[in-house]
Amino acid sequence: MTPIQPLSDAAFVLALGLFMLAPLAIAGVALINTGLGRSRSAAQSLLGSLAILAVSAIVFSLIGATFAGGPGAASHTILLSGKPWGWFGAGPWLLGGLNAAPSHAQLVLLFEFLAVALAALLPWGSGADRCRLLAGCAAAAILSSLVFPLTAHWIWGGGWLAQLGVNFQLGAGFLDGGGAATVNVLGGVSALALVWIAGPRRGKFPKEGLSTALPGHNAVYVLFGCLLALVGWLAWNVAGAVLFLHAPLSALPVTAVNTLLSAAGAVAATFAVTHVRFGKPDASLCANGWMAGLVTSSACAGLVTPLAAIFTGLVAGIVTPLLVELFELALSIDDPSGAIAVHGAGGLWGLLAAGIFAPQPGQLVAQLVGIATLLGVVLPLVYLLFWLLNRMLPFRVDPDGERIGMDLQELGGGAYPEFVIHRDESYR
Amino acid sequence: MKYAGLLVMPAGFFLSIAAVLLFPAPAPRAAFVICGLAVEVMGLAVAVRGHMEEIREKRP
Repeated sequence: MTPIQPLSDAAFVLALGLFMLAPLAIAGVALINTGLGRSRSAAQSLLGSLAILAVSAIVFSLIGATFAGGPGAASHTILLSGKPWGWFGAGPWLLGGLNAAPSHAQLVLLFEFLAVALAALLPWGSGADRCRLLAGCAAAAILSSLVFPLTAHWIWGGGWLAQLGVNFQLGAGFLDGGGAATVNVLGGVSALALVWIAGPRRGKFPKEGLSTALPGHNAVYVLFGCLLALVGWLAWNVAGAVLFLHAPLSALPVTAVNTLLSAAGAVAATFAVTHVRFGKPDASLCANGWMAGLVTSSACAGLVTPLAAIFTGLVAGIVTPLLVELFELALSIDDPSGAIAVHGAGGLWGLLAAGIFAPQPGQLVAQLVGIATLLGVVLPLVYLLFWLLNRMLPFRVDPDGERIGMDLQELGGGAYPEFVIHRDESYR
Repeated sequence: MKYAGLLVMPAGFFLSIAAVLLFPAPAPRAAFVICGLAVEVMGLAVAVRGHMEEIREKRP
């Protein structure tokens, strides 16, 4: 059992206040997902975001919170090499005793409620325009009940990854103050699993030639979503630094500055890359770059200097548009929201950068072990669970439903009833 | 092919864990953790390759 670091009253009030702003990150991602999808699926996309938020909150409170545990809570451990390895949380069922829990544990639980909703939302964006609402909710239930709680326990709940520092002198253990691993990489690898299982949108990869461009329907949603996400991410990273990195109050402004600098460096780099490649900056790729900068900051905003934050953002901003292009053109991965590149790869880069720039010896190896866990355990586990789910409740809508759009198919009405939807050449 | 790649990935994870458990010295520990990651990347590459072949076969 890990000892709890008690929070001062000021830190408690600050973190609680920040959590009132953190849902803006979820709102931003939901808007981005909707804007990057097609107009004929916009209402289904946004309603799906609400439904996934609801399902993940309920399932996490009923099942997941028990397995996630928390710092100082009981956990199922095994002894390996004479050291305790915490694998599962053993918290009370149905949030029992929450009122009497220490303030730190209550805030961690609140953080996890928001984190699980955001993690579950990421694959929904990647499955846009062809994934059914019910299957999306079922996928969210799987992530909330099993995969997220496991990951959160290992990293935030005093599990074996968090204890790598104490048990094996690997820095301060695996560090993830803002949820780069538990939220973004988990969401990114879930998006990859879903896209692999559901397959691409019809007409995306024709028999001959390159892939068909299916651009997002509303760049304003996408870019406004980025601005909303900034507010949410600032709150998220600062609250995470208080709860998981035990940062003093005086260190929090730097965490916020690093978050902003990382996003700024990333969007500047993406702007330049797309300008050089296409002659003009690309709005949706710049949005992807901005989000990748924020995702990168989730891992390292509380650990690095402002200069390092700009550098990590620049790298994320250069690599993200290239990865989006690589995934689509070379690897036949149809990911409308870009979650795999933005949240998956961006999160992995952030975790690695935290190891490179963190001052403690051994921190880089701890971060590498964490990355190995995310790729070697979480991705295959999510793929297996989604594959089983797809056998019982197929992700993909039938071809006719995809042709008329998810709004008409699943909701019976479109998001923009006064718009005339033009004929889609790709379905001929 | 995709499943083969996904099965290789946990092997890389176990290699990383074994490195943490078996090597107290920092250099060999770091080297074997990196080897574990390399195995995972190879597994991922095989899985991606399998996905590409699937898509190519299913193209209309």
